[in-house]
Amino acid sequence: MSGLRIDKDLCIGCGNCANACLQEALTVDSYAEVDSAKCILCGMCVDMCPVSAISIEKEESGIDKSAYGGVWVCAEYLEGSLHPCALELTGKARELAAQLETEATAVVLGDESADACASQLSYAGADKVLLVTGERFAQPVEEVWAAALAELVRARKPEILLFGATEFGRSLAPRVAAMLETGLTADCTLLEIDPETKLLRQTRPAFGGNLMATIVCPDRRPQMATCRPGVLPMPELDETRQVTAEHVSPDVPAAQKTLLGMVRQAAAGKSITEAKVLVTAGRGVGDKKNVALVRRLAELLGGDYAVSRPLVDMGWAEYPHQVGQTGVTVAPDLLITCGVSGAIQHLAGITGAKTVIAVNTDPEAPIFARADYAVVGDCVQVLKALIQELENGTTK
Amino acid sequence: MNCIVCIKQVPSTNEVNLDPITKTIIRDGRQSVTNPYDTFALETAVQLKERCGGTVSVLSMGIPATERLLRDAVSRGADRGLLLTDRAFAGADTLATSYTLSLGVRRLGDFDLILCGKMAIDGDTAQIGPELAAHLGIPHVTDVLAITEVGGASVTVETAWQGGVRQVKVALPALLTVQKDVNQPRMPSIAGVKRGLEAPVEVLGAEAVQADAKRIGLTGSPTQVVRTEAPQRDSTAVYIEGDASQQAHKLAELIAGLTEGARA
Repeated sequence: MSGLRIDKDLCIGCGNCANACLQEALTVDSYAEVDSAKCILCGMCVDMCPVSAISIEKEESGIDKSAYGGVWVCAEYLEGSLHPCALELTGKARELAAQLETEATAVVLGDESADACASQLSYAGADKVLLVTGERFAQPVEEVWAAALAELVRARKPEILLFGATEFGRSLAPRVAAMLETGLTADCTLLEIDPETKLLRQTRPAFGGNLMATIVCPDRRPQMATCRPGVLPMPELDETRQVTAEHVSPDVPAAQKTLLGMVRQAAAGKSITEAKVLVTAGRGVGDKKNVALVRRLAELLGGDYAVSRPLVDMGWAEYPHQVGQTGVTVAPDLLITCGVSGAIQHLAGITGAKTVIAVNTDPEAPIFARADYAVVGDCVQVLKALIQELENGTTK
Repeated sequence: MNCIVCIKQVPSTNEVNLDPITKTIIRDGRQSVTNPYDTFALETAVQLKERCGGTVSVLSMGIPATERLLRDAVSRGADRGLLLTDRAFAGADTLATSYTLSLGVRRLGDFDLILCGKMAIDGDTAQIGPELAAHLGIPHVTDVLAITEVGGASVTVETAWQGGVRQVKVALPALLTVQKDVNQPRMPSIAGVKRGLEAPVEVLGAEAVQADAKRIGLTGSPTQVVRTEAPQRDSTAVYIEGDASQQAHKLAELIAGLTEGARA
């Protein structure tokens, strides 16, 4: 059986592991001991041990990995358009495939109009484009698309399969992973090949964004991950690249659901993803009424406003204005953050911002590491003074 | 309409602080709670029971102490609970967890709907719902805001989609993942608390649900965390000094320069 192992010869009895254990499963006398009835094998103690005395022993239940090769991207094509993250992922797939000396393949599902994506995906780096198109695939229905992807993967055995962590991608990818009995890492911010093991290293924020966890899938294939749109760079489109497309027609079950259409359209006006100037509010604004200051500054600058997750959780702003891992990814030319501390999940949503001005009282706030200009101070005071300055037009 | 609600025990805060020198976790007196998203799933199921009849069962995989949360769910309107707890379940990633939950679902018997929270606040993966549906071979719908119509063989739901709201009709049995703030989870009544204490909560281990040892816990988990670390935080920012009004003045000049440049 799998379990936690503590090497008593290495253990120095420092107690770091017991302190890290959320289950209170570890006790330290002269050396650490684990109560295996409490241990959930989360691995926190393993990382916290300064002398590498703790390890997790795992029974292997692997498959023949040598049969698998190639890096695949499920390119999201919905309602007549290719999601930009499909190109971002294809660019990444090209890079990973080069390191693995294999091919990058993009898979597109949709109605026949999706066939037209083949050239763009090829220009972005796909050596081959698989087109799963036609009437049966016209609607994005998870149980149908997942069955199609699972059948293709079983037949052609890619070693890596990537999805965009979009609304739909986050619903589709886990269904595919479970059908294939393989691992899936959600919302990665970094994907790289380990030079020694050749495994896909998948890094994502964990524990409320205070830590980054790097995850691998050593014994099953394909290695699957979703990646937030806007986190990976958009590749240069090389129109000299050859377009190789292939129509495939996997067997799929009938849809179990009917998409009845929209009952309310997205709120009118531009989404914050399109704003050139964006002013964001974080918990440091202190009071719901101060969100109005952030909106006013945005208005004066001809931009839009957004918030970090706690403000949506507290009901100070609506979800469509939430930036970050579980909100929207933004890429404005100018981003002004007010009272945003900068948890990794939030930072994951602003990686595409060009210039960042951060205002926060805490000089240690992680947002300053991402900022180009840092203002250490009370954001409410700074906001009020800045609004007054702009309203008076004293700076021209 | 028989519903199964999956709940997860999570720390009451998802913030973990690291000692900057020893890099060890600084713990506060944290308490475990039901994942907030799951409380909306439970309320959705209880309202459905009030509307159409049927039963609500709550299901969790977790440490033995999770039984308290299942009893709490009963005090808020569920009828019974099933806790899957076993050392062999430890170290489960989403694939092993969803497989284990599928065994719990089969144990609970006939159902029409499974309701899950959209995601857990400690993991944020949102994978358990779709993975569980795949194990059971039933359709799933994510980001559900409301159940608008209940038919004999299907339900119609409203889901968050592309910034708006979309209607989807799904055949039963099905699994729905529920968004937060879609309802007001009720407080337990005094009678409810009593019912919770007395409720039938079954506690079963791996053998009792006939789990395949290769598909549960760490052994059944394809993913492996190889490193957890605090992110690098090296600032290269230009600091704008002074009191608030001086900072504001410098900012106004800076912003004017930056936005002029953008227009040019």
